[in-house]
Amino acid sequence: MSETHEGMDVGYVAKLACIDLTDEETTLFQGQLDQVLHYVEQLNELDVSNVEPTAHAIPVYNVLRKDEVGTSLNHDDVIANFPSATDGHVRVPKIIDQ
Amino acid sequence: MADLNKCTISELSEKLASGDCTSVDIVNDVLASIDANDGNVGAYLTIDREDALAQAKAADEKRVAGSSLPMLGIPVAIKDLLNVKGQPCTCSSKILEGYVAPYDATVISKLREAGAILLGRVNMDEFAMGSSTENAALGKTSNPWNLDHVPGGSSGGSAACVAADEAIASLGSDTGGSIRQPAAFCGCVGVKPTYGRVSRYGLTAFASSLDQIGPITKTVKDSAILLETLCGHDAMDSSSIEIEVPAFGKELSTDTSLAGMKLGLPKEFFVEGMDPEVEKSVRDAVEHCKSLGAEIVDVSLPNAKYAIAVYYIIATAEASANLARFDGIRYGMRVDGKDPADLYAKTRSAGFGQEVKRRIILGTYVLSSGYYDAYYKKAQKVRTLIRNDFTEAFKKCDAILAPVTPTPAYKKGEKTADPLKMYLDDILTTPTNLAGNCALSLPCGFASNGMPIGLQIIGDDFQEETILKVGHAYEQSTEWHKRHPSL
Repeated sequence: MSETHEGMDVGYVAKLACIDLTDEETTLFQGQLDQVLHYVEQLNELDVSNVEPTAHAIPVYNVLRKDEVGTSLNHDDVIANFPSATDGHVRVPKIIDQ
Repeated sequence: MADLNKCTISELSEKLASGDCTSVDIVNDVLASIDANDGNVGAYLTIDREDALAQAKAADEKRVAGSSLPMLGIPVAIKDLLNVKGQPCTCSSKILEGYVAPYDATVISKLREAGAILLGRVNMDEFAMGSSTENAALGKTSNPWNLDHVPGGSSGGSAACVAADEAIASLGSDTGGSIRQPAAFCGCVGVKPTYGRVSRYGLTAFASSLDQIGPITKTVKDSAILLETLCGHDAMDSSSIEIEVPAFGKELSTDTSLAGMKLGLPKEFFVEGMDPEVEKSVRDAVEHCKSLGAEIVDVSLPNAKYAIAVYYIIATAEASANLARFDGIRYGMRVDGKDPADLYAKTRSAGFGQEVKRRIILGTYVLSSGYYDAYYKKAQKVRTLIRNDFTEAFKKCDAILAPVTPTPAYKKGEKTADPLKMYLDDILTTPTNLAGNCALSLPCGFASNGMPIGLQIIGDDFQEETILKVGHAYEQSTEWHKRHPSL
């Protein structure tokens, strides 16, 4: 990691994650997350070049179900959760001009 | 008033069966205890009293009609990240204010089928991210043993309500210790089942490859009864495993012998900086197990020390993806913007608390182009080493004994300014989540300041029966679980 860890640009990564940070938050998080990234550099002590990665501790493969129609969530209950709705559709700000 | 709220599931099941009390009596006692104490403890976020009493009445009618379901008439508190149809599910986050769950999580359906009463929703760290419930956006929870101390987290409300006798039992979830650590801090019993044992359908996901739902109770036997209700394969969770569910509750006998049992002691789990009172209580518990006939063997988990580094890469990576769904479009809070991207950012910035933002940012970074191999992939490889350590250890023993936490519950505010310091406290619980196997936490003493201390019993994959057996034998031959906090 030493070869890649030049420090994270918290403001830039926050934008990727669709989060606007205040200046105070940016400064605070930058310090705290630099500390965390420094801590995780200890993984460099290990040679894992011949180790397989584990994505799931107890993996199961090819989980399929029968192609049958089941019951869905109640539409009215789902629509009632929309922050803004029109005629059973979610209402969002305009995406494309004109 | 018979103080039915102070009873265990197994005691109440006997009283209900013999007609000594009704479920309505139990719920009334529990509600009275909430009224008396929850102003101080702050475990609950929402309680629907009428609904709880209606469920109790229905349970009593079922019993009269001949039903003897395992959880019939027993009230259970629910961590606020499990969907219960028609109820809020806030995850203690402002971003989910106003959301009403349109369906039941599988564990909730199973509780209903077993006759349990869904009592109310309890507080937690926002989206289960935290170890003290101080990251909760919607409530403040205290440790019933000393209100100045934290209850632990993230299932802080689940542990506090059981310790305060404001519930008979509760459900929590454990991603890096979030059942075991608050159970230890509050003097309760908690189980993190093997990954895949319990369906995660309807659990608001934090880190999908680590999350498991489990019970928090007053005794090991109660955990066994409740766990049995929760387990089982579910087509709605493709990571749930098709494997037989033993009758956990029935298997526990009055026999407290551990003869023939090999229990492993990992030297790496008595970490530097561990509170001497915690170490002494756990070592005394090990001696006690020896006196019950167990053979104690040394085992080694050399890579467990990397668990925090691995955990905070993998858990935040998964969280950054899982929490992308909270964008202000389909449910919860929305802060309007000039276009969708502006709306997403404004909503997420206003809706998420600081710890959640911190973890999403870290997770986004470790998954981003150029850093993926260095952080995420490397962490997954070390995860393999941690799992291999357990596989080797379980060749030498039936279960592993260890502390749950390096210290007992600390004072509120002590660690909130330093996230890394708080993360490091998860060093003894995160290895099990990464490896996938099961573990139990139960009381094994008290510090001189009166705070409870927990013993962790770690089992191999799907060996819940073994850890419950060891825990039950220890508990039945000690007195720690009989103490109650004075509120």
